[in-house]
Amino acid sequence: MAARKTTKKPNVSAEELKTYYREMLLIRRFEEKAGQLYGMGLIGGFCHLYIGQEAVVVGLEAAADDGDKRITSYRDHGHMLACGMEPGGVMAELTGRIGGLSKGKGGSMHMFSKEKHFYGGHGIVGAQVPLGAGLAFSDKYKGNDRVTFTYFGDGAANQGQVYETFNMAALWDLPVVFVIENNQYAMGTAQARSTSTKEIFHRGEAFGIPGEIVNGMDVLAVKEAGEKAVAHCRAGKGPYILEIKTYRYRGHSMSDPAKYRTREEVQKVREQSDPIEHVRELLLTGKHATEDDLKAIDKEIKEIVNQAAEFSKESPEPSLDELWTDIYA
Amino acid sequence: MATEILMPALSPTMEEGTLAKWLVKEGDTVSSGDIMAEIETDKATMEFEAVDEGIVGKILIAEGTEGVKVNTPIAVLVEEGEDASALPAAAPESVTEVAPAAVDAPAPAAAPAAPVVDLSPDWPADAEMKSETVREALRDAMAEEMRGDEDVYLMGEEVAEYQGAYKISQGLLDEFGPKRVIDTPITEHGFTGIAVGSAFGGLKPIVEFMTFNFAMQAIDQIINSAAKTLYMSGGQMGCPIVFRGPNGAAARVAAQHSQDYAAWYMQVPGLKVVMPYSAADAKGLLKSAIRDPNPVVFLENEILYGRSFDVPQVDDLTIPLGKARIWREGSDVTIVSFGIGMQFALEAADKLAEEGINAEVIDLRTIRPMDTGAIINSVMKTNRLVTVEEGWPQGSVGSYISSVVMQEAFDYLDAPVITCTGKDVPMPYAANLEKLALVTTDEVISAVKQVTYR
Repeated sequence: MAARKTTKKPNVSAEELKTYYREMLLIRRFEEKAGQLYGMGLIGGFCHLYIGQEAVVVGLEAAADDGDKRITSYRDHGHMLACGMEPGGVMAELTGRIGGLSKGKGGSMHMFSKEKHFYGGHGIVGAQVPLGAGLAFSDKYKGNDRVTFTYFGDGAANQGQVYETFNMAALWDLPVVFVIENNQYAMGTAQARSTSTKEIFHRGEAFGIPGEIVNGMDVLAVKEAGEKAVAHCRAGKGPYILEIKTYRYRGHSMSDPAKYRTREEVQKVREQSDPIEHVRELLLTGKHATEDDLKAIDKEIKEIVNQAAEFSKESPEPSLDELWTDIYA
Repeated sequence: MATEILMPALSPTMEEGTLAKWLVKEGDTVSSGDIMAEIETDKATMEFEAVDEGIVGKILIAEGTEGVKVNTPIAVLVEEGEDASALPAAAPESVTEVAPAAVDAPAPAAAPAAPVVDLSPDWPADAEMKSETVREALRDAMAEEMRGDEDVYLMGEEVAEYQGAYKISQGLLDEFGPKRVIDTPITEHGFTGIAVGSAFGGLKPIVEFMTFNFAMQAIDQIINSAAKTLYMSGGQMGCPIVFRGPNGAAARVAAQHSQDYAAWYMQVPGLKVVMPYSAADAKGLLKSAIRDPNPVVFLENEILYGRSFDVPQVDDLTIPLGKARIWREGSDVTIVSFGIGMQFALEAADKLAEEGINAEVIDLRTIRPMDTGAIINSVMKTNRLVTVEEGWPQGSVGSYISSVVMQEAFDYLDAPVITCTGKDVPMPYAANLEKLALVTTDEVISAVKQVTYR
């Protein structure tokens, strides 16, 4: 992973930087709280945290426009927060309550928002890739210029349906940005042990799909790459691949002891490449904000997350008749 | 303010664990993300990270302690200058107690009352009839729905320029153009996912599988993505889509191309499953399936494609999903079937009539939701039931029907239900063996004689 020092002096406004700082911090604090609630037994099942990867989704959301769609895997809380879904609704879904975005029936891995054009939250590794291309297909069919961000990991990149989709997306010029969130571990298997190619985006070349590597610890770099990819899709030139190198600090899920990597490796990324620290430094060194300004943001975020947590505990469980609803439209 | 750190649950099943090792000591300053301890769960040794910043004021559970229950305070975190002993007696963040909700016991089997059955005709009795093949009926259904709704499109292998591997889509490309009649590469898993995604995006796809045998490549998208999303989204996002194509045995195509999937898809809540026999039903049910806001698996049969039936010449023939059809009224035995099984059921009924046995023959038409009311109603009259299908015996559609009838109309049965199915073998290629593997009219006749004690 490139060190964050590689970012050239950014041409970015104070407001914009503060927005990224706030959005990334919201994801991190939210995920930390989710981890805590999991530890307390309030969240059950599988819970995959996004800590460390915040710049990917915040950078790409900055490149998105109204009506653009997004779809991802089960590591989805960050995507939902970044596209504006209510933190309380997300957290209450994690606790399985009626106030959750899926009324408590989907859980951590399955949440949706038609209003925010967020199409899930999918639990089967790689299945969201053709679905995302299908969303793009629907936009092209309707003749608008909207774009779909289809996120998947380096692990999913070895599923056959990904390449079936690359073929059709290229064949039919679908306006889809394939975002490979390469956090370097497919659950516990390092990329070098699972993937024949060192740079996964090169696989797109076989289908004529352009792509590039992006430093996923630098929100500005992600945004810039996102804008380029979106422009390509909107111009009707077909799909684009962004392989975004990132890192997850926590285990694959809450029950992963992460023995496949050293504590030093994780610590090194946290200390040298943390995406939030990066923006924090830009804000301070660029005199865009004072320590006090940032503390105020921290406090505001903490309050939002605490409220979300409170809501997720107070919201009741779904009524028993919910068992039988929403099976058929 | 001092906060207690609680023993965390670190897996979906953990109730207690061993505090294997402390990596901090009293007086250490920790910040969010620092590893505080190693905890052994039932599965693994996990590192436990600090969530809040503070100073380790007191360690309450010594390392090496086994059987520490989840949510037990294990340490106290204090702020600078604060004393751990200042902590209020017990102030762990309260865990909302969720009382296990009383689940209603299943209703005891009530004395069977006659179910309400929809026996209304599907079209006006005076409608003009015209002989059409199932193939023509299916094509007309798609064409009519595509004319009526711009969002309906057809996708599949060879559906456009080739005019359909079985010519079901003949002429559609000419009328609707390549935007709406789309040839796909041979890539079932992928194009099914794309079609499902486009349904999430607001379109109404018809996916043609060259045969349902190939849909096994795509069954994850059919079940996990199409059927479950409405539920998983709390009702927000439905999937209006039709998966259609020939199902079951054709002739001499052997094991990998000769499977009947009715019982497989029937199991899945969120899917509707249709399996028509006649051309009129094929047309009316396909039109309803295309309009249905849910995913519909529409199982056709290659042998029936070329067969002709009378089709009513009415504007907009639709037949509701979930409604069985009584083909032939009778009083001695009920024969229930669907799809090509109807051929054997009807032939058997004709021959049985010659011997003075009056069979009532019901075509389910829709396997899910199933019109069990129509079956029970009939069994209450005839007291005997035989089911006929091409699929395998274990977990067959017939075995489900048999269990429903046993639970809801046991007192009306005068004989055990017999399920006539295909044989419990992969389909052989040799002509004589294939014949032996399929369900036959003679087997239906013999089953009826058995349940009528003739």
